[in-house]
Amino acid sequence: MTATLLDYDEVLERFDPVLGLEVHVELSTATKMFCGCSTAFGAEPNTQVCPVCLGLPGSLPVVNGAGVESAIRIGLALNCEIADWCRFARKNYFYPDQPKNFQTSQYDEPICFDGYLDVELSEGEIVRIGIERAHMEEDTGKMLHVGGATGRIHGADHSLLDYNRSGVPLIEIVTKPIEGAGARAPEVARAYVTALRDLVRSLGVSDVRMDQGSMRCDANVSLRPLGTETFGTRTETKNVNSLRSVQRAVRFEMCRQAAVLTDGGEIVQETRHFHETDGSTTAGRRKETSEDYRYFPEPDLVPIAPSHAWVERLRATLPEKPAEHRKRIQADWKLSDEELRDLVSAGAVELVEATVAAGADSEAARGWWVSYLLQQANTREIELAELPITPEHVARVIALVAGGELTTALARQVVDGVLAGEGEPDAVVEARGLKVVSDDSALTAAVDEALAAQPDVAEKIRGGKVAAAGAIVGAVMKATSGQADAKRVRELILERCGG
Amino acid sequence: MTDLTRLTAAELAEKIHSREVTSAQVTRAHLDRIAQVDGRVHAFLHVDTEGALAAAEAVDAELDKGAAPASPLAGVPLALKDVFVTKDVPTTCGSKMLEGWLPPYDSTVAARLRAAGVVILGKTNMDEFAMGSSTENSAYGPTRNPWDPDRIPGGSGGGSSASLAAFEAPLAIGTDTGGSIRQPGAVTGTVGAKPTYGGVSRYGLIAFSSSLDQGGPCARTVLDAALLHEAIAGHDPADATSIEAPVPRVVEAARAGAKGDLSGTRVGVVREFAGEGYQSGVSAAFDAAVEQLRALGAEVVEVSCPHFQYALAAYYLIAPSEASSNLARFDAMRYGLRTGDDGGASAEQVMAATREAGFGPEVKRRIMLGTFALSSGYYDAYYGQAQKVRTLIARDFAAAYEQVDVLVSPTTPTTAFKIGERVDDPMAMYLADLCTIPANLAGTAALSVPCGLSPDDGLPVGLQIMAPALADERMYRVGAAYESATEPLINRVPELGGEQ
Repeated sequence: MTATLLDYDEVLERFDPVLGLEVHVELSTATKMFCGCSTAFGAEPNTQVCPVCLGLPGSLPVVNGAGVESAIRIGLALNCEIADWCRFARKNYFYPDQPKNFQTSQYDEPICFDGYLDVELSEGEIVRIGIERAHMEEDTGKMLHVGGATGRIHGADHSLLDYNRSGVPLIEIVTKPIEGAGARAPEVARAYVTALRDLVRSLGVSDVRMDQGSMRCDANVSLRPLGTETFGTRTETKNVNSLRSVQRAVRFEMCRQAAVLTDGGEIVQETRHFHETDGSTTAGRRKETSEDYRYFPEPDLVPIAPSHAWVERLRATLPEKPAEHRKRIQADWKLSDEELRDLVSAGAVELVEATVAAGADSEAARGWWVSYLLQQANTREIELAELPITPEHVARVIALVAGGELTTALARQVVDGVLAGEGEPDAVVEARGLKVVSDDSALTAAVDEALAAQPDVAEKIRGGKVAAAGAIVGAVMKATSGQADAKRVRELILERCGG
Repeated sequence: MTDLTRLTAAELAEKIHSREVTSAQVTRAHLDRIAQVDGRVHAFLHVDTEGALAAAEAVDAELDKGAAPASPLAGVPLALKDVFVTKDVPTTCGSKMLEGWLPPYDSTVAARLRAAGVVILGKTNMDEFAMGSSTENSAYGPTRNPWDPDRIPGGSGGGSSASLAAFEAPLAIGTDTGGSIRQPGAVTGTVGAKPTYGGVSRYGLIAFSSSLDQGGPCARTVLDAALLHEAIAGHDPADATSIEAPVPRVVEAARAGAKGDLSGTRVGVVREFAGEGYQSGVSAAFDAAVEQLRALGAEVVEVSCPHFQYALAAYYLIAPSEASSNLARFDAMRYGLRTGDDGGASAEQVMAATREAGFGPEVKRRIMLGTFALSSGYYDAYYGQAQKVRTLIARDFAAAYEQVDVLVSPTTPTTAFKIGERVDDPMAMYLADLCTIPANLAGTAALSVPCGLSPDDGLPVGLQIMAPALADERMYRVGAAYESATEPLINRVPELGGEQ
């Protein structure tokens, strides 16, 4: 069943979108939130478990101090207040991926609350997104539904459970209602999640990989008629797992809800699934009566009371804020406002920095990331950072070009090889035989051949028309499959023509 | 030869450590006694004959080598309430839900007992998930009171206390959420202590109500209880609510108290724990005990704890609320009972069918009570209010301990009632814990010591001695003094006879 959609411009003529974004960040602490099990991704199922994260009778949780520190640092980076006293709470509901049938979370006493994040849009405008809260909780296990056509529980023969993820620390970051974004609502949503990802990554507390689920976004969208104040009924699109999808999901829901409302229908409060293939959402669990989670303070854990001194110590560990950071690199790299904006909107700031750190010149590094590599990412419909090439690889390629061992054309071939999984740049050069030919004897032969093939051009050069040498250079380059050092070729041509 | 099952734990330890007897002999004597009488008492759900003998032999081997005893109780056998998880030894918590479950880990209490060289004879019967005051709620049938097999041994730890009164074990471990150590102690004429909350690790104690549950010692003498208390107490990093403070010097206090001098000790009689609802024989025995304390030199005053009257109501909101969440994990997915898994049923259907089949009526009643009390719209009126009452009760205690060193009351309003008498009347059953609940709500310490037989029915009465948090030694000192001045009740338990 395909949803009816209203044209985007029409949506905006009638409605004002209100967004709320809930982002879960999986912390990269060495151990889980309440036990000593490893949090490493990708281990054999049910090998990183113990009585605590399996919820065996009698087991008890103990808070991971590193998880609390990460939560506080995220809160501080989001300009939040840090609670001087807070507790964990139990969120009670039955589901097989949750071994205790309650999730240890926080309810009315989050550790971080009332903050904001300034987000830059592509036009360079800054939008301030209010942060309602950031709280600590534990992840569930994973269910694998076997036998169904869709991989969803519906239609599956049976389900497998992997509790390796059970108890992995999560920070849930909830925005205040985002109002007034209008036509830019989808872009604002994406820009916020991007900025949040970059911020969290800069703190070093999570690898924030949306593709691996270490950062997950739920997008709440509602519409209200233009000029009204009361929020409309919202839907919550769950687990939108890429930045691009965040933007698409918001836009889709705006168009879908507008069509329903325009048609005189009502929006059902429900969770919705997002489909990467066509950017649509479909109805999931209904939420007409809000589920009663019977929250109460977790009696197995003692309250957390971060001291002022501790919070200040953590504040001192915060990296430079992204906005300040950008100002600094703009000055350091002598960028125009436009160049900086391109760099930021490409999501390339950190990649370029890392490339520079690996020894490359900033201009060359920027050139690679915001042009050739950005094209490659766009073609593949992935983020720049998700390309299978590292800043170290790019720095090496730049070094090879600077050293005259590769031409720009050859360097692109080397990068293509790295992207195709053929190995490190040097290995690709070796395997593909891409070294610049600067051996004079080989080049002289090729030059002589080219001059002999185009005697009229050779005559012109001899007659002093140096510009005509370009045609011979082109022929030599062609003959050597682009591997010749063009500068040397030109010198040889002029030598041979008595120049 | 002396009947080894009649000796106290302190006496047995002394004989074992001096190599007058071996731990294996002591252990065998108790295993024989269990084989002889437990058919009538049903104190045990599981007897670990092999494990007990192996543990005893290991202690003997060490002592034979000339090593110092691992602890003052090394080699002494003990009965462990089946609420504590024991590695590779069946742990059911008195429920069908966990029938056949072999835990892959040891509770901290079990691990500390093993490390102390204490020999675990087996696991004792209990009300299912520790919910009850009679052990009639066990899914495996009731335990009988050795004083009168037609009567209840108290609960939820009826198995542990009955095993002591039946001389099947010299020591036992219980857990006390609202009185489950003290009330069985009182009605079986034995000693039971609820340490300060956080004094004994809860890691591996299958939770009923996390903020109230507290493991503690059961014995036939105050000194034995103190020795066991020190063996299991102390900070445990695996339990976030465990207290990081030195263990109260309860053994020293028990030895000091046994000298029988309470001069300078201020004893408060709780005014609210008397009058209507108290069996006259219980009141008489209690009054006599207070006189005895006075005779030992104690200064006795009456104190008022006005909010104690709300304790029972608050308890029956907080404990079921926490239980409704703690017991959610029994869902057939990972361990224990699984019902209705016919291949076509959904996980949710299997969970529902299993919980329907696996939980007994009292457990279901409390899960429903707790689920309701935590529901949105009711939370503030029920759970929230109950937490406020809890604070008020803690303040009552604090105010009382400004005036006195310990508080005393009858442990239970009545002596042991008949099996079946209250099963259809939950309120009557809940009243058995009237006097014991306040200490749980406040997290303070309390002890029950035998205080004679009720003149009206000839059954044991318990004297409850309560002490402030982290001052557990006070109740041991007063309890030992009182014990030293009275005839040991335990010698008057009728002989069970056995299968003859």
